[in-house]
Amino acid sequence: MVTINPDMCKGCGICIRFCPAGVLEFSDEFNSKGYHPPRAVRPEACTGCDLCGIYCPDFAIFGILLKTVA
Amino acid sequence: MVNNNPVSDLLRTDRMPHIWCSGCGLGTTVNCFVRAAAGCGLPPDQITVVSGIGCTGRVAGYLKLDSFHTTHGRPIPFATGLKLANPRLKVVVYSGDGDLFAIGGNHFIHAARRNMDMTVICVNNFTYGMTGGQVTPTTPTGAIASTAPYGNTEDPFNLPYLADSAGAVYVARWTTFHVRQATKAMKEAIQKKGFSFVELVSPCPTLYGRRNRMGDGLDMMEGYKENSTIRNGADTRDVGMDISGKIVCGKFVDRERPSFLEQYNTRLAARLGPSYKNYEGVL
Repeated sequence: MVTINPDMCKGCGICIRFCPAGVLEFSDEFNSKGYHPPRAVRPEACTGCDLCGIYCPDFAIFGILLKTVA
Repeated sequence: MVNNNPVSDLLRTDRMPHIWCSGCGLGTTVNCFVRAAAGCGLPPDQITVVSGIGCTGRVAGYLKLDSFHTTHGRPIPFATGLKLANPRLKVVVYSGDGDLFAIGGNHFIHAARRNMDMTVICVNNFTYGMTGGQVTPTTPTGAIASTAPYGNTEDPFNLPYLADSAGAVYVARWTTFHVRQATKAMKEAIQKKGFSFVELVSPCPTLYGRRNRMGDGLDMMEGYKENSTIRNGADTRDVGMDISGKIVCGKFVDRERPSFLEQYNTRLAARLGPSYKNYEGVL
């Protein structure tokens, strides 16, 4: 499951490009700083690998295994 | 906002969002470092971070660890004093290529020569990001910088070779594309006794990438993916970087040498006999 904090995002697009499951894309909305944050277009494909979380320079996104949440 | 992120325990979230530009790799290196610090097995109150000046120098201010932001080029002398006053601490120096190798170059080679027990993490973005993109000792020959509008005419330092030849016991290089490997390398460096050195190649899209037609931060990350080769145990003489962008990554050196305090205590104990009590700090 992927969690996004849109207001922390600076729109670099690294999470979108390197997500192995292709879960993310840029949203059309702006955040408070005027960047386009990512949004989960295929949330069901997320494996919880947290690669987005470790790449994100702004600590704005992370993935977790649903198993660990439940 | 950031509070529910699993790494936020070791971040000063009240100082976020940080000052680094969109596409800058520094945040990624901090992200890797907090994971390495959380996974290294040491309690957070035993890890201290010392930074110098520059964009990378801001790292100390964003970590919820004991940290200090020193004057330009002097994180290693400060860290040396910290380690000698309280040898139980694990001291990490986190700074940039200009701070560690231009202004503080002398301190670096002597801390490595003494095998002072500390970890040095150098985020190498090939330029002075905070002051406007001047040439640093790692700017590749031919690269454009604000002080080299026709291209840099000097040869750059090969940082792993410098650290290796000065006596570091652990030397690794990764880029911000290799996040898992970088996290593991930082963890190993923190756990290693003696002078350990990790170089992290990071994009500076605003000042280095833009002038050298490398695109934005994402394009530079793609470049790292395409142009990097992993050669663990490679001879550090062969891992220099040039304007072509080819990067050799890996763990190059992992060896054992007695650290500064071990040598000090061994020598004085041999000379002074049983009357000498091992030095264990002033606290």
